[in-house]
Amino acid sequence: DKTRRNIVNQLKSIVGQGPLNQAAVTEIEALLLQADVGVEATDYIITTLQNKLRQEVLPAEEAIAYLKKILRDMLDAPVKKSHKPIFVPEKETLNVWLITGVNGAGKTTTIGKIAHLAQKSGYKCLIGAADTFRAAAVEQVKIWGQRSGVQVIFNPAKNADPAAVVFDAISAATARETELLLVDTAGRLQNKKNLMDELSKIRRIIDKKAPNAKIESLLVLDATLGQNGLRQAEIFSQAAQLSGVVLTKLDSTAKGGVALAVVQQLGLPIRFIGAGEGIEDLRPFSSYEFVEALLNG
Amino acid sequence: MFEALADRLEGAWKKLRGQDKISQSNIQDALREVRRALLEADVNLQVVKDFVTEVETKALGAEVITGVRPDQQFIKIVHDELVQVMGEENVPLAQADHSPTVVLMAGLQGTGKTTATAKLALHLRKLERSCLMVATDVYRPAAIDQLITLGKQIDVPVFELGSDADPVEIARQGVERAKAEGVDTVIIDTAGRLQIDQDMMAELARIKETVQPDETLLVVDSMTGQEAANLTRTFHERIGITGAILTKLDGDSRGGAALSVRHISGAPIKFVGVGEKVEALQPFYPDRMASRILGMGDVLTLVEKA
Ligand SMILES: Nc1nc2c(ncn2[C@@H]2O[C@H](COP(=O)(O)OP(=O)(O)OP(=O)(O)O)[C@@H](O)[C@H]2O)c(=O)[nH]1
Ligand SMILES: Nc1nc2c(ncn2[C@@H]2O[C@H](COP(=O)(O)OP(=O)(O)OP(=O)(O)O)[C@@H](O)[C@H]2O)c(=O)[nH]1
Ligand SMILES: [Mg+2]
Ligand SMILES: [Mg+2]
Repeated sequence: DKTRRNIVNQLKSIVGQGPLNQAAVTEIEALLLQADVGVEATDYIITTLQNKLRQEVLPAEEAIAYLKKILRDMLDAPVKKSHKPIFVPEKETLNVWLITGVNGAGKTTTIGKIAHLAQKSGYKCLIGAADTFRAAAVEQVKIWGQRSGVQVIFNPAKNADPAAVVFDAISAATARETELLLVDTAGRLQNKKNLMDELSKIRRIIDKKAPNAKIESLLVLDATLGQNGLRQAEIFSQAAQLSGVVLTKLDSTAKGGVALAVVQQLGLPIRFIGAGEGIEDLRPFSSYEFVEALLNG
Repeated sequence: MFEALADRLEGAWKKLRGQDKISQSNIQDALREVRRALLEADVNLQVVKDFVTEVETKALGAEVITGVRPDQQFIKIVHDELVQVMGEENVPLAQADHSPTVVLMAGLQGTGKTTATAKLALHLRKLERSCLMVATDVYRPAAIDQLITLGKQIDVPVFELGSDADPVEIARQGVERAKAEGVDTVIIDTAGRLQIDQDMMAELARIKETVQPDETLLVVDSMTGQEAANLTRTFHERIGITGAILTKLDGDSRGGAALSVRHISGAPIKFVGVGEKVEALQPFYPDRMASRILGMGDVLTLVEKA
């Protein structure tokens, strides 16, 4: 809705200068639901807000400030726990970033963007093309490699074993003293047991073949996704030992609210956001920006 | 994770033991459960509101059926309404009087347009309708390669002019080629685009204007959340769609997007994608989708009794 006003103004039109009332809270609830935050997480947020309002009468502006704080605290909690507020690969050692997610989420594009960023920042970077399944997936990631000047390790055989590609990519990374190896994987829906087993196998190979590497396992979530994102995070977590999330397509009008529920329920930090199809359209995640965008329709 | 709506409705009704007739006051808990279930299934909030209002009206006007518990009767009303909104029966793909039939594919990035293009071509080939696929996605890396690879898999030719050509021109020449060769149906794959991207939407409008498709299919990912309503509205207003394909239904999403797409556009969902392989395309059945959205696969038998 293009004409949706700033939430504070919107609430003021409901409550005037007075304290936040039930009608206003209902309005906030609708806003959260329309941002895909989900019924359960929305209930939690609204209850927390209402508890506060029971203790103190708050005018719209202060209530919204408090609401934003609830949301930011939810998003920041896992980052605080991880003691890794700035998310960068460690220099002069092998970092392996495994990029996972359902079909079409934006994995390969995100790899292209990260490779570009890493190359610009002076990392020795390599890409492993472990999507051996989808039509022209290897060609796609090779073009991204060319764009960023990063080599791609791939297997030209049709339907090659993705775990073998990962094995080869780690060998190459070790031989070349690569600092960041990005592993592209095929899209898979989390209810496909054989495909999730295949992903677990890839993860095990990384653990075994690169025991001293700094491993990050990232789930790519599409911001237009609804509540299924939560299921994805649960199952991918088990299969690939996720350590974080990348939220893509935030240049759309979707808010990516399901990420809030994912962060809260699985304790996974959001590390990057994707906001376009271009090579530069990747940004570190900021809870401040995310919450402002979420509430300012 | 999701309780079937039927269980929850039964729960809502138990609180009102002894009441055997649907009334304004005893229906509120049940309506709240319906609202919650639909939201959890990712039906758009505005669509949920319209739907719940309609269900309330129908439920209050319903005749009492002896021997049927009110919760059973209520769930039948909900289910029937869902089926009705989604279109009573399956609607097949358009076929022009004079070939070629022109089908235009459209949608957001990564929803499954290119895959669905190949799936449709294979589906038509099996019906002995010859096909040509046209590759107009000059933006996404290797998009043309992807369609060519799929074309080889299903033995259907692909028309392309490389990635330096203008998509409108590719589409125009693709349809010309289909005419010249007497092909039955030409399917035009397009690049993914956000409905708020003015330039890309204008390009799509020009393609449509140029090829005058018999069918414009919006390809929607069944995992889409609240955004399904917004994107459908804009694609429909700006481009005009005649149907939709719902993809990735082989996942475990509830697929509430289906209701939003249908409610907002009025256009039928014609096919569903149920896998990555080119064979994984099925006709859309509203009643199955209704049960899925409500999370009540096995309740159908119960409903049939009512
Ligand atoms: N608007 C927008 N589009 C994006 C973004 N990230 C990726 N895309 C597009 O989404 C589509 C799918 O992206 P891919 O990177 O191929 O996704 P994937 O997860 O690798 O897909 P599969 O390998 O097929 O599972 C492409 O058209 C991308 O250009 C983003 O941040 N914004
Ligand atoms: N599981 C499953 N995967 C699907 C289905 N349809 C498409 N996919 C996968 O979803 C991903 C994206 O499909 P594409 O056909 O490339 O999507 P697209 O809309 O053409 O993407 P862009 O051209 O980048 O906008 C690929 O990994 C496909 O294999 C489906 O019905 N089920
Ligand atoms: Mg990919
Ligand atoms: Mg495509």
